[in-house]
Amino acid sequence: MRGVRRWGPGLLLVSPSIILIAVFVYGLIGWNARVSTSNWRTAVRDNHFVGLDVYKELRTDERWSLDLRHLFLFTITFIIGTLLIGSFLALLLDKGVKGEGFFRAIYLFPMAVSFIASGIVWRWLMNPAPGDRASGLNVVFDKAHLSFLSNQWWQHPDYGAVALAIPAIWALSGYVMALYLAGFRGVPEELREAARMDGASEWRVYRHVVFPHLRPVTLAALIILGHISIKVFDLIVAIGGKQIVTEVPAVYMWVLIYDSRDYAKGAAIATLLLVGISVLIVPYLVYTVRQERRA
Amino acid sequence: MTRSTEARRPRLVSRGTVFRGSILAVAAVLLVLPAASYGGKSGAEKTKASSQLQVFSWWTGGGEAHGLAKLITIWNKQHPNTPFKNETVAGGAGSNAKAVLAQRLAAKKPPDSFQGHAGAELQDYIKAGQVEPIDFIYKRAGFAKAMPAQLLQQITYKGHIYSVPVNIHRANVLWSNPAVLKKAGITKMPTKWAEFITALNKAKAAGVIPLALGEQWTQKHLLETVMIATIGPARWAALWKTGQGWGTPGVTLALNRYKTLLTYTNSDAASLTWQDASKLVADGKAAFNIMGDWADGYFRIDLKKKPKTGYNWAPVPGTVGIYDWLSDSFTLPKGAPHRAAAVQWLTFLGGRLAQDTFNPVKGSIPARKDANAKLYDPYLKSALAQWKTNKLAGSLTHGVVASNAWNTDIDTALGLFLQNKDVKKFQTSLESAASKNT
Repeated sequence: MRGVRRWGPGLLLVSPSIILIAVFVYGLIGWNARVSTSNWRTAVRDNHFVGLDVYKELRTDERWSLDLRHLFLFTITFIIGTLLIGSFLALLLDKGVKGEGFFRAIYLFPMAVSFIASGIVWRWLMNPAPGDRASGLNVVFDKAHLSFLSNQWWQHPDYGAVALAIPAIWALSGYVMALYLAGFRGVPEELREAARMDGASEWRVYRHVVFPHLRPVTLAALIILGHISIKVFDLIVAIGGKQIVTEVPAVYMWVLIYDSRDYAKGAAIATLLLVGISVLIVPYLVYTVRQERRA
Repeated sequence: MTRSTEARRPRLVSRGTVFRGSILAVAAVLLVLPAASYGGKSGAEKTKASSQLQVFSWWTGGGEAHGLAKLITIWNKQHPNTPFKNETVAGGAGSNAKAVLAQRLAAKKPPDSFQGHAGAELQDYIKAGQVEPIDFIYKRAGFAKAMPAQLLQQITYKGHIYSVPVNIHRANVLWSNPAVLKKAGITKMPTKWAEFITALNKAKAAGVIPLALGEQWTQKHLLETVMIATIGPARWAALWKTGQGWGTPGVTLALNRYKTLLTYTNSDAASLTWQDASKLVADGKAAFNIMGDWADGYFRIDLKKKPKTGYNWAPVPGTVGIYDWLSDSFTLPKGAPHRAAAVQWLTFLGGRLAQDTFNPVKGSIPARKDANAKLYDPYLKSALAQWKTNKLAGSLTHGVVASNAWNTDIDTALGLFLQNKDVKKFQTSLESAASKNT
């Protein structure tokens, strides 16, 4: 009885949220998984259980493997680009530029712009039109006598997805910069001083003292960027629309559900995306919980 | 008078009984009201009613929005007690609207009538039991006599018709810039395949884009016109009806022709909308463009070009005498909250008044054969004449011949082909798409 009094009110307080999450998050995840194993391949619902048939079908689906290829290229470019540019910007700010607050805001702002809006602007910037119809970056390259840099951007049949990652890098570098900047500031000045006293160059101070302290920051950034990348949808649709040349899994899922009405296959893609994200996030959660316990 | 009481009832009775109740009431109304009253001039409207008509569409911009506004004005004048509730969803040429509609239908909250391309695109709704057959409206209002028999045959699914076509668009139109053609030494619009290639080569030599092309759906649009031009309307129809014939040499030839055509197009097709591609022709940067006849309104009204001198048109080479048609149509959803009003709306839409009001503004022709040609601009006048005499071929890209699922499978095959340009593989995947979907 006393026990109930101790945890009862607390439980009562959080129970609405527990119930809502149970139904609307985990319940629907379960429902989605169930649909992906059903035979619901048309507008008419068919809950007949067919196991993993749809997943097997995806394995031989060329469009799906093309989407995965696009996603892979996009993710690699996006994560490496964002981490490099973000940490570089943070380094510059950390070295004590004048007006740090101003620059910090400037670099963070792109994140406040929705992917749809920045996608439309970048669609124009990355316009592949040749000759006198050219616009955006290709014109800049031409004017700067760098015409060899002019390219097909996202319409390149093999590496278009790399170009698609550029707006995403532009949008999120500032965020990664903020993460690293906080990380840099978290490294005690005494450690750097000690290294300098031992005769370490500024580069070596960062290389051997500061960066090793930033592993948790890098990990957090990886997780955040990784899950954004796997789910990416709006940016792609804003730039390429519903075209296979730019398609990623989330767009294919949308096409399958709303155009083709192939609910089972759409749900299968949703499940795979969730699994992909979980592979990133679950180990991270385990890691943080352990860290916290140790602390 | 009966209809008004019927319409008020939903407020009083619990939701579960409303449906059955209104069906009965509607049935009673249909028995009582003489067919003649279905012009909307019935005295029944004079009594007060708390009813309305919810119509769902994606007509939110340009001529179609203006045309709809005119229809609404007429409707509200004729039915003061059943005000029109315009439920539109903008964006994505209807693809956003279709997503919203799918959710509403799944939640059993249908509008009174919704827009959909006439033909196989409606099959999803039909198979899911979300729309009612409306043969009775056709019979009573005499649509069967007013519309071409070929059209009715092509929108009939398993013996029933499920929608009323409001307008007809033509997909197989070759648009050109007369000034550019003159400069390139092309003396007349090509009508045969060989002439077309010669003309394209001349345009290429003159330093313009021979054939302007846009994003992926416009590339499918191009494919469909080339296929119809190559195999003809009868074998085209058979491809969809039976799923057979995809492996034939005719199709191989068509696909090879398509591949050839792609070599005459602009390299940045994927980043152009259909308007961008049409504008290349209007601006004199391209010689030809193959697009539906909605481009006529774009040339004439938006770009302010003169028909015949600023832009010209002809059927796609090889399709003279063939009308590759598509149509916006309206349906009767099962469980429509104001079914009687919806039936009146559909009867109104199929009538000459509505069709001759909407179409001159929208830039399309009526599905009816008795249109008043005086109301239409030069392009549409020529289209009207051909609609009555041409052989009809349903459009693939615009939902007439293939279900949504089949269309998506073709998109997949086409999208992969655009990357690898492998005709043999393309044909094989079209064949398997056909066997999967029939």
